[in-house]
Amino acid sequence: MESKLNLDPKIIDSARTAAANIADDVQDFIDAHTTTATERTVTRLLGVDGVDEIEKPLPNVLVDNIKEGGGLPRGASFWIGNAIVQTGDDPQTIAEKISRGELDITRLEIASEEKIREAIYPIAEKYVAKIKANRDKRNEYLNTIGEGEKPYIYVIVATGNIYEDIIQAKAAAKQGADVIAVIRTTGQSLLDYVPYGPTTEGFGGTYATQENFRLMRKALDEVGEEVGRYIRLCNYCSGLCMPEIAAMGAMERLDMMLNDALYGILFRDINMQRTLVDQYFSRVINGYAGIIINTGEDNYLTTDDAVEAAHTVLASQFINEQFALKAGLPEEQMGLGHAFEMDPDVENGFLYELSQAQMAREIFPNAPLKYMPPTKFMTGNIFKGHVQDALFNMISIMTNQGIQLLGMLTEAIHTPHLHDRFLSIENAEYIFNNARDLGNEITFKDGGIIHKRAQKVLGDAEELLRQIEKEGLFPTIEKGKFGGVKRARDGGKGLEGVAKKDEGYFNPFIELMLGGER
Amino acid sequence: MAIIETEKVDLTKVKPYGDTMNDGMMQLGFTLPVPDGDEAVEAAKQLLKKMGLNEPSVVYHKDLGIGYTYFVAYGKCQHTVDYSKIEVPKVEVDTMSKEEVQEYIAENIKREVVVVGACTGTDAHTVGIDAIMNMKGYAGHFGLERYEGMEAVNMGSQVPNEELVAKAIELNADAILVSQVVTQKDVHIPNLTELVELLEAEGLRDKIVLCCGGPRLSHELAKELGYDAGFGTGSFAEDVASFIVTEIVNRDLI
Repeated sequence: MESKLNLDPKIIDSARTAAANIADDVQDFIDAHTTTATERTVTRLLGVDGVDEIEKPLPNVLVDNIKEGGGLPRGASFWIGNAIVQTGDDPQTIAEKISRGELDITRLEIASEEKIREAIYPIAEKYVAKIKANRDKRNEYLNTIGEGEKPYIYVIVATGNIYEDIIQAKAAAKQGADVIAVIRTTGQSLLDYVPYGPTTEGFGGTYATQENFRLMRKALDEVGEEVGRYIRLCNYCSGLCMPEIAAMGAMERLDMMLNDALYGILFRDINMQRTLVDQYFSRVINGYAGIIINTGEDNYLTTDDAVEAAHTVLASQFINEQFALKAGLPEEQMGLGHAFEMDPDVENGFLYELSQAQMAREIFPNAPLKYMPPTKFMTGNIFKGHVQDALFNMISIMTNQGIQLLGMLTEAIHTPHLHDRFLSIENAEYIFNNARDLGNEITFKDGGIIHKRAQKVLGDAEELLRQIEKEGLFPTIEKGKFGGVKRARDGGKGLEGVAKKDEGYFNPFIELMLGGER
Repeated sequence: MAIIETEKVDLTKVKPYGDTMNDGMMQLGFTLPVPDGDEAVEAAKQLLKKMGLNEPSVVYHKDLGIGYTYFVAYGKCQHTVDYSKIEVPKVEVDTMSKEEVQEYIAENIKREVVVVGACTGTDAHTVGIDAIMNMKGYAGHFGLERYEGMEAVNMGSQVPNEELVAKAIELNADAILVSQVVTQKDVHIPNLTELVELLEAEGLRDKIVLCCGGPRLSHELAKELGYDAGFGTGSFAEDVASFIVTEIVNRDLI
């Protein structure tokens, strides 16, 4: 693609190299560690599901048993494999026996490594094949009923009740939505387990459970066939159960997942060691399952200033790109985040926003960028808000964004009402259609405001990345360079779930998914 | 030619204004769970009449995809209110500028004022507390962290009330600020009440200036729940700071 901004490819390369080195450094840490959530994910992928009599999920029961026996450093595959060899039971039965106090998984006699692997791999392969079948099913839908044009129109539902969500989601699809995101209930990211079954009670959103995923998937397949467009389902693969949600999403054919460790560290105060290790496995799963990830850089601009902190968004996109590549996630599945969050009173603010969006497009040409709407400066004046959203839509179509998280005129008032969503979709469709090829028709003035702005933001991002490369990612976060939020390496939630792997550790899924046929 | 004067407003009988005094004109947008059609339009009109809107007029209606219909409508309101008798409880403080607050602290309190703030309970939306407390503030109004003579500690999101109280005790705080943005299903009410109860149990309630804020929080509600003040949308750091420092002096908490 020809640059409309006259960006210097050398600076882009330099920034990308710095980001790769930053990710390398963190990857060494990731490779040496595991977490309770990672091992619960392995447990789920080996077929363990359900809850005990106090509603505690069996993957938690099993991994807690391993942890209490001091076995976490060796990983769930080892212990479950060994238990299969010793008892002849399947993983689900083993988990149930543990929950009834009939089995203590780390106290069994230890079989040879070869036998353990022989017991685990066929089961792992079976579940990996299931995920592959889901990916094939999605491709089949895309090849038969097709999909909406980009930018995909992305709306949220957030009633708290999965059945009510389904009504709203179907209506949204009929109105023109391409992606339905079911917002999670407030606080779920801090739960160290995934609730079970269909749920009808949530605050500001609906619990992410495997059953809720399944119910919504089914509903969207139905409405997709009706409207002749595959409707994508999005959820939130973040927080303390990040990789578990990824596994559940892969099994229920979700299509998109918010998935960003930096977001959890900064905005949910989740321990950085914990969530970066979790992120790796979750991205391996998302990558293999064909799920588009959405990263959370847009959030920096809700706590920091969108004009001053624009380069932190770009720097973080570079880092997220490298982490994703390490997990085998192709560019086409990288919904790198950014946002239209400048103060509407800024003179020429629209030009700066246009510059930023075009810059992201040129630097990440194959990524379906996720563009977030104005939220911070939405006032409750729904009429002005609708205009702000219109400007946001205009930039999106001019710069060829991939995923348009629609702004709602009632942002800052309530979670969207049925007609709020209708008005927003109508707004986006009108502008996308009316200005479809505008971006291809215009160039920007050489040395003008838009050029200079993009070049400055890129330059600042490169400088920041060079600095992080020297200092390391953890110390950078400790200093509050992203979103103006400081987090300590040993602070936040979930550190107790991190363990250093020992030499007997193995995780069959990393190998099968990274090396597997795609 | 006769000169027609415009009608003057009667503050004892106020009704909506469209383009002529007392025309009562109101604009509505809403959805009815019925399919679009003549019956739907008639249903919307009947509803408007029941709401006290004369000459209801549906200017736009559209099917929303699942047999529900969205309406934009106008009607003339018959009701009036007596504006002259209205009294609304407000935070009673003359807002000072940042510099004036700093001077006030230096002259009247003569020590550092400690403020602890948090978004409590399950609420993860820090936009409000950040706007008031963080260095950068909001819309050009610097936050409390930037005030000389003030130590402002923003504990961030999803802070349990117990932790907030513990921090206030640890820092010997003069004031506590609580932000509640998520108010769906009134989740903020028990949460805000619990904080007051905890402070009372610790014997701290009288020794501390306690404020809450959020888009759905009025001063009236705050007082009802046992807070000293409530700050809604449109409040800035200097409004909160002015209240805190004058309250400290007025209640002799120096």
